[in-house]
Amino acid sequence: MKKTWVSYPYILWMIIFTIVPLLLVLYYSFTKTENGMVVFTLDNFIRVMEPTYLKVLWRSIVLAVISTVVCFILGYPVAMILAGKDISRKSTLVMLMVVPMWMNFLLRTYAWMTLLDRKGVINSILGTLGLPQVHLLYTDFAVVLGMVYNFLPFMVLPIYSVLIKIDRSLIEAAEDLGSDNFTVFRKVIFPLSLPGVASGITMVFMPAVTTFIISKLLGGSQYMLIGNLIEDQFMRVYDWNFGSAVSIIMMLLILLSMGVMSRNDKEGTGGALF
Amino acid sequence: MKKAIKRIYLIIIFVFLYAPVLTLIVFSFNKSKSRGNWGGFTLKWYGELFHDRQVLSSLYNTVIIALLSALVATVAGTAAAVGIHNMKKTVKSFVMNLTYLPVVNPDIVTGISLMILFVFIKLDLGFTTLLLAHITFNIPYVVLSVLPKLKQLNKHMYEAALDLGAKPAYAFFRVILPEIMPGVVTGFLLAFTLSLDDFIISFFTTGSGVSTLSITIYSMARLGISPKINALSTLMFIVVLVLLLIVNKRSSANGRNGAPIVNI
Repeated sequence: MKKTWVSYPYILWMIIFTIVPLLLVLYYSFTKTENGMVVFTLDNFIRVMEPTYLKVLWRSIVLAVISTVVCFILGYPVAMILAGKDISRKSTLVMLMVVPMWMNFLLRTYAWMTLLDRKGVINSILGTLGLPQVHLLYTDFAVVLGMVYNFLPFMVLPIYSVLIKIDRSLIEAAEDLGSDNFTVFRKVIFPLSLPGVASGITMVFMPAVTTFIISKLLGGSQYMLIGNLIEDQFMRVYDWNFGSAVSIIMMLLILLSMGVMSRNDKEGTGGALF
Repeated sequence: MKKAIKRIYLIIIFVFLYAPVLTLIVFSFNKSKSRGNWGGFTLKWYGELFHDRQVLSSLYNTVIIALLSALVATVAGTAAAVGIHNMKKTVKSFVMNLTYLPVVNPDIVTGISLMILFVFIKLDLGFTTLLLAHITFNIPYVVLSVLPKLKQLNKHMYEAALDLGAKPAYAFFRVILPEIMPGVVTGFLLAFTLSLDDFIISFFTTGSGVSTLSITIYSMARLGISPKINALSTLMFIVVLVLLLIVNKRSSANGRNGAPIVNI
């Protein structure tokens, strides 16, 4: 069984359908069509630097960062509780944490539309309680909520899987040496869980910064994030050159954030999901 | 006391995770069209769903594409895995990077880059392009499901078959394939499920007239909320959930299969 040729069709397929398309994106981003001629240009990238688009870029990053922070604040305690000794039936609970991720995220997002809508469930509950109605759908709040809801398990699971592997004797040693619970957490548990935190941050930040569905469904059709900008250029405006440039910028942004995060994960202990 | 706080916190988080889905499912049985109040139990939205031409045609597309792409991906992916398994280390790491590329690439980038390719080679966007795109994102998952099974394989079995006079192809189908079959089946189910579930890549690689269920849900949802989408969502949720439970059960029974059973 020394033959390798059986994989050549696959390799060819992957080159044609993943490498070539990415090269085409690169090609489109550095060219434009003038009088029917394709010419090399940096205009597309210069255009991304216009205030309108920088604002979109900035808003995407800010919203993704906020969502990541909220996921961290909500998710770290969950991971700690799940990994802790007080909890029985651990694997069932972790399983329950994973199941919502299996659902089509379009549906997960759509579900929030039904809750947040002006005549939705939340408002009708408020109404029966005699409380004033709230305007929730099509706001920044709704978009962040959608992101946190969709990506929270991506934060919890990597942290959980690192926490559960921490050597208990390290914690006992710290306690024997007189540390209180908070010091043990600050000096032992938290530093050891950093690889999990790093991969959790990457796994939340990446989809949050690239989404266009959450922003479109929960932010309204006028709401613009990088993902929506790209979608607009390809599906409505048909300016593929500019759309490609924005995609390249977005990929650089992701590579950059992954690079920063993997510096904190030198031993590759995080990333339980992959 | 501390234990109680922990319990309550976990309960709140699980309510947060499950409440939206459950509300969606409950309201798909709601007689009243308004989302706010309960007008009694009904199945009429499910009935309407099965008379909606657009829903039916996208259901047909979804199932056909999922089946075809999973089949092609399984055959190509299994062959690829066998080849990769025999490769020298340097070539192998290149091919593995090639395999992980679509897995880690954001879906929107995969979508637009494939769309550019199809238009560039003047292929009309529609059923064919949709199928090609689905095969592309499915194959890596099959490769990643089959490879671990090959690693567990006793390589002397194949040699023994050859020594006993079997032709390589015969030895593969009678000795190797039965051994790696669990990985192949898991890969197929995973590919099928991912294809059913995909929205973003389909959205960019399909043309006018051809849509899948998730594209239909998206276009309906953009117009607002309707109990019909709730019903459709409920059905899709149940189908994908059941499929993934099977995949997960298989892969945990067969040891770690290496493929991420997560989609973003």
